[in-house]
Amino acid sequence: MNHIPLVPTLRVGTHVGRLCVPSREKTERDAERRLFPFPRGAWERGGGLLGFVAFFALWQVSPIQAGDWPQFRGLGGTAVSDEKGLPTKWSVTENVRWKVGLPGGVSSPVVAGDRVYVTAASAFRQRRLHVFSFDAATGEKKWERQLAATGSTQCHPKTSMAAPTPVTDGRHVYALFATGDLAAFNREGDLLWYRALQRDYPDITNQVGMAASPVLAGDTLLLPLENAGDSFALGVDVKTGRNRWKAPRRREINWVTPTVMRFRGRTAALFQTSGEITAYDTDSGEVLWSFKNNKLGSVPSPALVDDLIIAPGTPSIALRILGNGNPEVVWTSRRLKAAYASPVVYQGRIYAMTDIGIACLDSATGEEIWRERLGHGFSASPIIADGKLYIAKEEGDTSVVELGDKPKILANNDLKETLLATPAIANGAIYLRTEKHLYCIAGKK
Amino acid sequence: MVALFFLPAVIVGAETPKEALVLLKSVGREGAGNEAAARAWKEVVAQGPSVLPAILQAMDDADSASANWLRTAGDAIVDRALSKSRSLPSGALEQFVRQSRHNGAARRLAYEWLCRIDAKTPDRFLPGMLQDPSPELRRDAVAAVLKQARSELDKGHKDAARASYRRALTGACDKDQVDTIAKELDKLGSKIDVAAHFGFVRHWLLAAPFDNHNEAGFNVVYPPEKSLDPTKSLNPMAVFKGKDGKEVRWTAATTVDRYGMVNLNKELGKQQGVVAYALAAIESPKERPIQIRVGSLNAIKIFLNGKEIFSREEYHHGIDMDQYIASATLKAGRNELLLKVCQNEQKEEWAQEWGFQLRLCDAVGAAIPFSVIQSKIHTQTHKSAKEERN
Repeated sequence: MNHIPLVPTLRVGTHVGRLCVPSREKTERDAERRLFPFPRGAWERGGGLLGFVAFFALWQVSPIQAGDWPQFRGLGGTAVSDEKGLPTKWSVTENVRWKVGLPGGVSSPVVAGDRVYVTAASAFRQRRLHVFSFDAATGEKKWERQLAATGSTQCHPKTSMAAPTPVTDGRHVYALFATGDLAAFNREGDLLWYRALQRDYPDITNQVGMAASPVLAGDTLLLPLENAGDSFALGVDVKTGRNRWKAPRRREINWVTPTVMRFRGRTAALFQTSGEITAYDTDSGEVLWSFKNNKLGSVPSPALVDDLIIAPGTPSIALRILGNGNPEVVWTSRRLKAAYASPVVYQGRIYAMTDIGIACLDSATGEEIWRERLGHGFSASPIIADGKLYIAKEEGDTSVVELGDKPKILANNDLKETLLATPAIANGAIYLRTEKHLYCIAGKK
Repeated sequence: MVALFFLPAVIVGAETPKEALVLLKSVGREGAGNEAAARAWKEVVAQGPSVLPAILQAMDDADSASANWLRTAGDAIVDRALSKSRSLPSGALEQFVRQSRHNGAARRLAYEWLCRIDAKTPDRFLPGMLQDPSPELRRDAVAAVLKQARSELDKGHKDAARASYRRALTGACDKDQVDTIAKELDKLGSKIDVAAHFGFVRHWLLAAPFDNHNEAGFNVVYPPEKSLDPTKSLNPMAVFKGKDGKEVRWTAATTVDRYGMVNLNKELGKQQGVVAYALAAIESPKERPIQIRVGSLNAIKIFLNGKEIFSREEYHHGIDMDQYIASATLKAGRNELLLKVCQNEQKEEWAQEWGFQLRLCDAVGAAIPFSVIQSKIHTQTHKSAKEERN
């Protein structure tokens, strides 16, 4: 595991951003270089992930390490891990380091250091919500906290009140539920703050079930609360749980987890609906730019490649932000269609699920390089580690595909349980959350 | 506050546990009070198991957000105590569970703590909890009787099983349990009226169509709403000007659906971009707090005795029994219940449904006693229907 040394932090007035001490620089360019200390486009290439961790660590100031998987689709939502030596084959018994029973839920596990966090929902009408902390190496339950749902628990049978994936900065875990219950705990399970968001905003619910995940940008927790009734993005102070900003969003049911990027020396969060993609300053909620298109997807998250933003849709659109701050369409692709799964970018190529398999596209042109049949039923997003794609399927099997100019299917590993959650990779292991269990898949130590 | 007399008198830091519990109950909207509550949470947890009864009692009048602060503190204390083999104040917890005047969620929490230290806790409590005001405890009590009924059935003891299912029904409020009971009783030759059991309103007066083009009608106050007056009854003989100037009158509709579903496409003819109003005059033997629970795929507003008590502007995202819950007070005698049901203009096949189900129950979900006062229109409709059949 690559460990990134942390730096002290400095508060500048009331600004929540963090700067490096002692080699403090004053110009925006230099500050950005420190905050984003790797060549643009490097982090989505396999070897550049370390750079992203440095970026994350510098303004996150957390014990997050390169081998961690702290949010939905891992570090920065890239869905790429630097881990190597992962198993390619497993079953209910083979290469299972540990396995624990879980109540229902479709959220992904997140991993920081020696802890795995996962949320769940139980009881009649999913009125009971759970946050679990497990020892990443042994599966021992370190703590469990339960909340009584304070908002509506109505949802489509396929989803759950435990659909949003929690996010951790290594010291704390922030858990959002589709009920609008939002809680922050430290590593020991102490409650740091709590919000009953549907009490604050009674109409931030929908009858299908909210499922977009919160993400962190420095000291701000970004919450996508986009619904038909009331709809907004919320920037919450991670220390207090209080609002930093609240930005109105299109009134429409939506499930897209935001993507964090740099924009002209500022940190921006991309929020996408089926009608637009908008960048918000994560400190203030200010709109930095917006691009309207009524063919965008309402489930998958945007991906970043060099200076391109890949916005999934029908067709998907690659955007570049011009010098005047406006987005420009670089290419569109009908081969890359928005479904449930988010695309993943690796070494200049985009990998996205189709109805029956996976497609590989050139990120510069949007041209298809290859596609491979894998079956159907892709709710989870594909993830990449060690040059391999891991594709979890609803019926419980995970395809492992070796990447290259031609794909090679290495294995289909069946856990014989419904599998909707995107897997996590950390600590040399794959963490798979099935309908009833959390598996740690790893070779023998 | 009674709860505070049970608090240990230890002073922790600048605050007493009593003050700490007050802080946990003082969190406001949008995270107001979170910082103080976080400090208080640690102080309460540091007290250990002796503070558990006070936490539970503090839940009695806590709002839903504060209750979760208290719940997590209690759980943390129990976890840490049990991991160090420390005992819990089981006597006080047992007493708390048995006192049904306490908050149902708090009693359930105490029950769960007791279950962690004694696997026989359910056997001690559940047999007496079929009518419990805590929905969770009652549900488990019903489940225990259902298990017994299944066992009797498996042994071929049909009469005993029938009696057990009947007994379970007296406490059952959740749809899955009632469905199981109804199905098994049906097999045993004993039918139950599911709609009546749940308290669905089955007799309605309907007025439609009013305009909802571009979903604009949700916030338009149409004549049936405009004439709402808490001091007067709506006139069932009124004539309104509806969509496209069409004359609209109240017409009677009675549903025979097992779950009280009123299919407006069937009752009013398939229409889109329209608003319908459903009116029921409810007779209650006494004043009482109630819950009005609605299921609908359409945008709805609920009015009781001239006042709007609930609204949800959402179309075709799913329907379930009890999906919307409004709390209200029914007065003794006549009450006027008005529902606004908006259909939009989506073209998809799955977006064509227009209807609702509505029931009146208590906070546990058990039907309350009421009757629907039928107007002349009901009588006329029944007469016309009879004539048509003949």
